[in-house]
Amino acid sequence: MYQTNQYEGMIAETVSMQGHKGDTINAYVARPLGGGPHPGMVVIHHAPGWDEWYRECTRRFAHHGYVAISPNLYFRDGHGTPEDVGAKVRAGGGIPDEQVLGDLDGANKLLRSLPYLNGKVGVFGTCSGGRHGFLAACRLKNFDALVECWGGRVVQAKEELTPKQPVAPIDYTKDLPCPMIGLFGNDDKSPSPEQVNTHEAELKKQGKNYEFHRYDGAGHGFFYYDRPAYRQEQAVDGWKKLFAFCEKNLR
Amino acid sequence: MCTMIAHQAKIEGRGKSGEDWFEVREANVSYDHPYDMPLEHALNIDFVNEAAGPGARVAVELSIEAARKLVQTIEAVLAQAEQSGVLEDKLQAASR
Repeated sequence: MYQTNQYEGMIAETVSMQGHKGDTINAYVARPLGGGPHPGMVVIHHAPGWDEWYRECTRRFAHHGYVAISPNLYFRDGHGTPEDVGAKVRAGGGIPDEQVLGDLDGANKLLRSLPYLNGKVGVFGTCSGGRHGFLAACRLKNFDALVECWGGRVVQAKEELTPKQPVAPIDYTKDLPCPMIGLFGNDDKSPSPEQVNTHEAELKKQGKNYEFHRYDGAGHGFFYYDRPAYRQEQAVDGWKKLFAFCEKNLR
Repeated sequence: MCTMIAHQAKIEGRGKSGEDWFEVREANVSYDHPYDMPLEHALNIDFVNEAAGPGARVAVELSIEAARKLVQTIEAVLAQAEQSGVLEDKLQAASR
């Protein structure tokens, strides 16, 4: 917990990094000044885009002592306001899972190359980013902890699979190598409470180290203070739980 | 996006964004997260020109009821125009 007589500083900036197939993409990095070594966190933006909320979220992790990086997963779709770029991606049915994995792997490797990293890297994501986080943890196997917030379409019916999303993430559950925390709103439609139950049942079946927290009175995106979905009490508790989880698994 | 329900129609038209008009070539219709409408999911229509970049976009986000009303209203207006014999789809002048 931050003390009032403690030195605090942060640097936050846009950087270039190598993503999928060696492509250069941009990313937002925030880290504490001084001290260290620090744990790392890859922060996966949500479907609406690489927006201000995600800048703030990245800085929030830095404020709590993490070297955080948020890659721009929509880099290849052109540049403009986050909304305009996000709308373009929305119209195209999202971005391919393989490309996302390549970009997240690049972000992980960039963090691990830094001299002030403590050797541990977590992954955090909300909405589609929660789905991508689960997928990345299972497929890349180089994350030390996973924070999945209301990951939509982790559970997918066969008819929902597309060339961009050829396999339902839940099918990779057996490969999850790290502990995970999941936060969900009971009024959410994507994922629905039934899908969250299916997700949890598979984790249990595979003997994984996980904790799920379900919130009454909350729907999709209850952390987003700039949307009517924001739920103050549930959001505060969710942040508290996820930071406790990260401290335990990434320090 | 979380629902992935999105269709695209190739269209011909003009859209106004800020002070300027631009050529609209596609209408992207989705039922997914809106940016401003206070709903978890909305019927979103983006009138865009993909060739001109992501910023060439006129966006509307509608409730389900509003979207259905809009469809009915467009159909009604087109039917009335057809009945009146005034439907005309040839461009009258060169594109700006």
